[in-house]
Amino acid sequence: MSFTALSIENLSFSYSGKVALDQVGFSLESGACTLLLGPNGAGKSTLFALITRLYDTRSGRIELVGFDIKKQTRKALARLGVVFQQTTLDMDLSVMQNLRYHAALHGMSRRLANERIQLELERLNMYERRFEKIRQLNGGHRRRVEIARALLHKPALLLLDEPTVGLDVPSREAIVKYIHQLTVTENIAVLWASHLIDEVYPQDHLIVLHKGQIKASGPVNAILESTGADTINEAFLRLTQGENA
Amino acid sequence: MRILHYWRALWGIIGRELWRFVKQKERFVSALVRPLVWLLIFAAGFRSALGIAISPPYDTYILYEVYITPGLIGMIQLFNGMQSSLAMVYDREMGSMRILMVAPLPRWFLLLGKLIAGTAVSVLQVYVFLAIAWFYDIQASWQGYGWLLPALLLSGLMLGALGLLLSSFIKQLENFAGVMNFVIFPLFFMSTALYPLWKIKESSTLLYNLARYNPFSQAVELCRFALYGQFNQDAFFYTLSAFVIFMAAAILGYNPSKGMMTRKGGA
Repeated sequence: MSFTALSIENLSFSYSGKVALDQVGFSLESGACTLLLGPNGAGKSTLFALITRLYDTRSGRIELVGFDIKKQTRKALARLGVVFQQTTLDMDLSVMQNLRYHAALHGMSRRLANERIQLELERLNMYERRFEKIRQLNGGHRRRVEIARALLHKPALLLLDEPTVGLDVPSREAIVKYIHQLTVTENIAVLWASHLIDEVYPQDHLIVLHKGQIKASGPVNAILESTGADTINEAFLRLTQGENA
Repeated sequence: MRILHYWRALWGIIGRELWRFVKQKERFVSALVRPLVWLLIFAAGFRSALGIAISPPYDTYILYEVYITPGLIGMIQLFNGMQSSLAMVYDREMGSMRILMVAPLPRWFLLLGKLIAGTAVSVLQVYVFLAIAWFYDIQASWQGYGWLLPALLLSGLMLGALGLLLSSFIKQLENFAGVMNFVIFPLFFMSTALYPLWKIKESSTLLYNLARYNPFSQAVELCRFALYGQFNQDAFFYTLSAFVIFMAAAILGYNPSKGMMTRKGGA
């Protein structure tokens, strides 16, 4: 059954007078992968900071699975999984300890946590490495642990902030494939900030953000049609570098 | 169920902090070396220069090493509190603070959890220090060591809350050196950690008043009296009040609506 995982209305934000987001609005349905494309400084990180409530929403409204992020923060955050751009794992602790810490923050019992950890790590072929320190893992494996962690509490919305930056091609491809599978197997909504066009699948949705405004939003085909472009790269360039950009 | 959630989260935060502390052996050693250098070298050198007259909680003449020990306990907790706040600034810059901040729990609880975890680490450090001091003939009664525990918890929370408050104002890790110069050293030297109040009064009334109303002094006195099985009511209420004020200000500092977070551009 499909449901609205994220709904954003008239969201604006500025830093000391400089507008970072201007009247942004869109919604995400479960079971779909949406890529948030935009050049550096487009407002992607600000948008993520507002959705995760690291910044306060001063103008506009954000709802996660029907819960207002400002008024029902805890209920909303309980349904949110996040993979931040920078690694947020504890380097001196093991994979297991990092995941148990997250499970504890979500109030899971030790037994439930162990079950979920096993499930998520096995799906990512990381269960054998559960006792290794994070410091001993390579970048791709660390990312897998972070994805497993973000899924432990079965979120309705998964936010990914450029999770493949700095990874080699096979690691990148494996993660892109896995995330796309999740939308089908887990029926979750994915919002994926990226500037790598090759991470887009034909069935995905796109949101193109530029200078704090949404320049285009919808399924890949619809955006190609509306921009008259043959490729996503071409459409992206027209939307962000054209006369109206 | 909600209480269970809070309970599990609290233990998760404390467990993580204790594990990190155990794994970082250098941190453990340096936390012990600092007060031991003061005790074994500085205090031994000053023994002849400073005579400590009989004043509560002591009922006899004491050696300077005995006097300075509660001050060094305070020093351990002061440095630990500041180190925890340094770790929070680091975590914020490196991003791992975000994982804590997006947990589905109130922010005040998450900050208090961090604070309790940091205090637990400092209590551990203090008792290891006292165990070493015991072999140096600085000994209290077993009851004294027991009474010290609640005093350490309160003083650790107060100094940790001060660190937390500072960390909400510090933009970058580099600015932390300023905290050392403008917070740790004045707090430590303008206190009763190294010299009794009456001795300070002989030198300067201003310094005496500053030391008297310094919350670090009150925390040290609370621990000093507790170590000898006595309850210093004034020090207790002063330390408790300072904790409440620092904690409230820190929570405000980390509040996304009112605090510094949006101006800093990160969490």
